[in-house]
Amino acid sequence: MPDESLPIDEPRGSGSPAQGSILYLDGVTVSFDGFKALNALSLVIAPGELRTVIGPNGAGKTTMMDVITGKTRPDAGDVLFDGHVDLTRLDEAAIANLGIGRKFQKPTVFEKLSLFDNLELALKGPRGTLATLFFTLSGEAKDRIGQVLTLVGLTDKAKLPAGQLSHGEKQWLEIGMLLMQDQRLLLLDEPVAGLTDAETEATAALILDLSRDRSLGERSLVVVEHDMEFVRSLAAKVTVLHEGSVLAEGSIDAVQSNPRVVEVYLGR
Amino acid sequence: MTSPLHRLLQFHDRRFWLSFAVVGAVLLGLVPLLNLLPGENSALHLPNYMIPLLGKYLCYGLLALALDLVWGYAGVLSLGHGAFFALGGYAMGMYLMREIGTRGVYGNPLLPDFMVFLAWKELPWYWMGFDHFAFAALMVVLVPACLALVFGWLAFRSRITGVYLSIITQAMTFALMLAFFRNEMGFGGNNGLTDFKDLLGFDLRDQTTKVALYAASVVALGAALLICRFVVASKLGRVMMAMRDAESRVRFLGYSVTATKLFAFTLSAALAGIAGALYVPQVGIINPSEFSPANSIEIAIWVAVGGRGTLVGAILGALAVNAAKTWLTGALPDAWLFFLGALFIAVTLVLPDGLTGLAGRLHRRRPKAPPAREEKHA
Repeated sequence: MPDESLPIDEPRGSGSPAQGSILYLDGVTVSFDGFKALNALSLVIAPGELRTVIGPNGAGKTTMMDVITGKTRPDAGDVLFDGHVDLTRLDEAAIANLGIGRKFQKPTVFEKLSLFDNLELALKGPRGTLATLFFTLSGEAKDRIGQVLTLVGLTDKAKLPAGQLSHGEKQWLEIGMLLMQDQRLLLLDEPVAGLTDAETEATAALILDLSRDRSLGERSLVVVEHDMEFVRSLAAKVTVLHEGSVLAEGSIDAVQSNPRVVEVYLGR
Repeated sequence: MTSPLHRLLQFHDRRFWLSFAVVGAVLLGLVPLLNLLPGENSALHLPNYMIPLLGKYLCYGLLALALDLVWGYAGVLSLGHGAFFALGGYAMGMYLMREIGTRGVYGNPLLPDFMVFLAWKELPWYWMGFDHFAFAALMVVLVPACLALVFGWLAFRSRITGVYLSIITQAMTFALMLAFFRNEMGFGGNNGLTDFKDLLGFDLRDQTTKVALYAASVVALGAALLICRFVVASKLGRVMMAMRDAESRVRFLGYSVTATKLFAFTLSAALAGIAGALYVPQVGIINPSEFSPANSIEIAIWVAVGGRGTLVGAILGALAVNAAKTWLTGALPDAWLFFLGALFIAVTLVLPDGLTGLAGRLHRRRPKAPPAREEKHA
């Protein structure tokens, strides 16, 4: 729901490279005490695209997520959402409300609240303090929570405190929370870290479902992952990061046979 | 369409309303009756000194309730709530001082005694208006709330959390204490404000006035409890609890952590101010020692003893600890501070959920063994 108060980047010609993209990063640089976590990183995600991002530790994957979600401000470069909204000037809450959702590496659900309450908090809607104080849940919203619970397979645990879920279930609940927000771009940071093989397979199926699901309009997903089997099972375009910039991009087979990738990442 | 009142009724099961009504009837009906009706020598007579004492406890209960809202639910451990309590108390004290009028020792119609004593010629501007009760009552709420709003905005916006926030709230109340100790501030310095005569024309020494003040404390506490329950049972309450357990996650969901904390902190400060305003006429004095950092820490102990994040528990904690304090400082004056320290250690080690948690555990043990619960430190 973009409105006029959003920082719109200076008008670009119709030939602007950001045109038509959901996420556009160009020349993004972030340094921490002289160490360049991101070094002129450029990345373009198309609407509805499923993209996987891989890279060795310290390649800048998490920093990239931090920049997109407003947690870290880049020293240089453009970060545009929907081709024209400048994300570098917004804070986390504003970016979340814009339609970008993030699932953290370590699942963070609200442990003391029930699954239902967790999803209710994530539900798209007014976020103001007074609006929240006098909020009442509509029947329609309840149905939506029910739908999402079914989608992530946690219907029978709706009333349990989220703290009692297994690690894998917490991951799904968190994905469910992103769905409640009707986000147009989902960033998933290592969604299968620490999961069993069966849970990993179920998660891959869930991500493919989400990518295909058009019931709420087009949804783009960026999945950051270490697990090559998992990345292969998603069969999506792969971006390889190395030392803060893009090393290679393409299908999983093309990337795995790229000698530079083999050298820095796969070959060790 | 559901009105807020309807929702308030919905939020509470019948057991809550039943206990609320019973406790309310006892405090508001039985206690004053036992004091006013039976003769002095009757076995049923409640001694006169008990009324302001109970009233004082209820004010502490309200103060603990206020802290529980912001600490137990929003996860903001303020160790400066004594300051909001004292500011509410000073606002009421200023009204009571102006009410004295020509009955002061120096008989000055405008200036309180301490100003005459300091050879002040005119009333400072910030004492203007305090001769009207309505204005003073407004200030009781506004002054603590505005301080909380400004202080909280600066602190929460800069993402000062945890122990750092606790320390700067201690610094805030300490700074205010030093300021109020100064005669030049115009609040009676070291001696504070005292020698009050009457409130709205009613003599403060009359037993009926004392009972009325006590009853006002009961009503204020009851109303504040309902307001706090309304807040914590709303979606905003769930945002607060979520923020307490995973602050940055709440931010990524699009809620403003700053605004949510600010709401809880400001509402809490206003309630603390009301507690202070009801406290002052019942104890007859307000002085800068109310700002002392140790006082604010004691409030946190009441809440911890009663059980954080339960509202009712905080009130019970305040009543229990203060009853113990009254008894112990009479029976074994030297032992009180050791007792308080031991209590704090015991609660931290053995009773992380306070008395309410203990009651809950005992209650649950009967039908079935309690489910294992991992305790997360706020």
